[in-house]
Amino acid sequence: MLDPPSIGGVATALPQLPLFDLRVTPKDPYDSRGTPRRLYGLTTGVFHVTTVVDVTVIATESLSKRFPRVTALDRLSVDVGPGVTGLVGANGAGKSTLIKILLGLSPATEGRAEVLGLDVATKGAAIRERVGYMPEHDCLPPDVSATEFVVHMARMSGLPPTAARERTADTLRHVGLYEERYRPIGGYSTGMKQRVKLAQALVHDPDLVFLDEPTNGLDPVGRDEMLGLIRRIHTDFGISVLVTSHLLGELERTCDHVVVIDGGKLLRSSSTTDFTQTTTTLAIEVTDTDEHPDGTRAVREALHARGVTVEAGSGLPGAGHILLLSAQGEETYDLVRDVIADLGLGLVRMEQRRHHISEVFQDSDEQRKEAAVHGS
Amino acid sequence: MALDQPVAGDQTRIHDIGYRNYDGPRLGRSYATRSLYSQSLRGAYGLGRSVKSKVLPMLLFVVMCVPAAIMVAVAVATKANDLPVDYTRYAIVMQAVISLYVASQAPQSVSRDLRFKTVPLYFSRPIETADYVRAKFAALASAMFVLTAAPLLVLYVGALLAKLDFTDQTKGFAQGLVSVALLSLLFAGLGLVIASVTPRRGFGIAAVIAVLTISYGAVSTLQAIADTQGSTDAIAWIGLFSPITLIDGVQSAFLGASSAFPGGFGPSDAEGAVYVLVTLGLIAATYGLLMRRYRKVGL
Ligand SMILES: Nc1ncnc2c1ncn2[C@@H]1O[C@H](COP(=O)(O)OP(=O)(O)O)[C@@H](O)[C@H]1O
Ligand SMILES: [Mg+2]
Repeated sequence: MLDPPSIGGVATALPQLPLFDLRVTPKDPYDSRGTPRRLYGLTTGVFHVTTVVDVTVIATESLSKRFPRVTALDRLSVDVGPGVTGLVGANGAGKSTLIKILLGLSPATEGRAEVLGLDVATKGAAIRERVGYMPEHDCLPPDVSATEFVVHMARMSGLPPTAARERTADTLRHVGLYEERYRPIGGYSTGMKQRVKLAQALVHDPDLVFLDEPTNGLDPVGRDEMLGLIRRIHTDFGISVLVTSHLLGELERTCDHVVVIDGGKLLRSSSTTDFTQTTTTLAIEVTDTDEHPDGTRAVREALHARGVTVEAGSGLPGAGHILLLSAQGEETYDLVRDVIADLGLGLVRMEQRRHHISEVFQDSDEQRKEAAVHGS
Repeated sequence: MALDQPVAGDQTRIHDIGYRNYDGPRLGRSYATRSLYSQSLRGAYGLGRSVKSKVLPMLLFVVMCVPAAIMVAVAVATKANDLPVDYTRYAIVMQAVISLYVASQAPQSVSRDLRFKTVPLYFSRPIETADYVRAKFAALASAMFVLTAAPLLVLYVGALLAKLDFTDQTKGFAQGLVSVALLSLLFAGLGLVIASVTPRRGFGIAAVIAVLTISYGAVSTLQAIADTQGSTDAIAWIGLFSPITLIDGVQSAFLGASSAFPGGFGPSDAEGAVYVLVTLGLIAATYGLLMRRYRKVGL
């Protein structure tokens, strides 16, 4: 009873809503975040070099992009290292514009940028050979199979025919597409389509991938699976990731580093440990069972017994069923998960109440936000 | 975290996940362009696509070749001393089939990429706008050349089997090939420019058919009127305004063809030079327009 439950235990207790990616935590012994890739000629295996070298994967310097009526990027200077980096900003903040410039497809109005040490203005083709891109919009023809499409895109990245076929089979398996890969894409669910889009971005084994809003349109389960996959792209495949979202909350859990932009300007750039080290309020909602008719109360008491102060979430929707507590990093999540699993309850919701994107914006210059709203 | 602890360390993990890095060759931009070319060329006959999309192009291909086969059979059986139709005339006679082919396959080639937004994905690869345009142009022109040259090959082989004069036949066949090569480039360019304007395949098909048939209808009507009114000088100049009469003019001036214009009033050598210039200019213009069109598609 007192043994901490295994992941399987939690998973069965929370079949419908795995809110957190339990597979990788900062304590994961196989987590290689921060380790540069292939710098020493290693070509196989999951783990590369353990020496942490500060390598810049993306660097921009006073980068601006002005359209006739909108300034999409405004003197943005940011350095991004290896690992998973989140690029967060409201709609129209300039995220997709930044990716287009970094791919060398759209010239910057002023300033400069480098990707993998290559200048975007002059080395676009070389960058695109070593970088993968998953667009935010739909990009899949419905009348071909995932296999045919990804093989074609692999060849478009320069892979010889045999390698293209082999890597397509591997990559589709890694993103979780099996028998369905021979069927036309038109019949796929949104989640499966997102996986195909991800596979075409990874098939040529790039050093870096740009994922533009990969969780858009996914239900909570699909969203969580996608975030887990994104984490694995770095930890297991050794590929650095730049992933965009308009939700800070979901990227905090997945990224090593988060860059927040608003109206094309840099709002903050910090490692996610900076975010989680500041105390965060967690909101929890649980189900009731026959054994514990008032599940909320049972959790409160159990947490109290372990020395965690819990408040009732009055004033929130569903007040009375919501508990608020302050999280001290990852341990708190583990504790809550264990307590709820021990009681045999189901976790309906566990979310951070601070650092929602809107709260970051509240700290910022209100005028800038106004400008962004008018701009879009 | 029990499940996360592999018993045998790294080995197990690598085995479980099996991610392999790729350190083989990356063949770059020109290889990618060639890949797009071959995929588009195959696609123009429905290869690598659904059974449904193979039906029309394959059917049109057969329809193109059957009359040639029949002519050859007749020529062999009757021991005729010439083929019933010139090599250069065949495509003119079969222009409806050719128009139908380009109208159906040009939108298939480019409208789909626009409609399903695959174009931005291509440009996230090492290729450039110009490579995309060149690959698509070359692929459709090649597909049309296959369509128009195959029946000529049937005629030529049949003519040799019927023991017709070798030199005569080879010369005619070569002239026919040059003519259909020009026709393929011109029709492919026009079809692609029209189709690339709209992501809607249906509109593309209708627009290509409309442009080809209306221009031909107008030109041949005006030529007929000019002929009845005796202004035979005008006939050649009017012919400049439709793609098929343009090809007809070029080949009757320089490729030994007899003109299909009313009264057989083909262009003179000087007029023929204008025909060649207009044809080449039009091909170049379609290429330029396509480049302009795709520069804007970007991401
Ligand atoms: N091609 C374009 N022409 C004009 N304005 C554009 C263009 N692309 C983007 N914008 C504008 O630039 C701003 C940033 O857009 P975008 O980068 O797509 O934002 P995000 O991806 O963060 O939602 C928006 O105001 C958008 O309207
Ligand atoms: Mg965007």
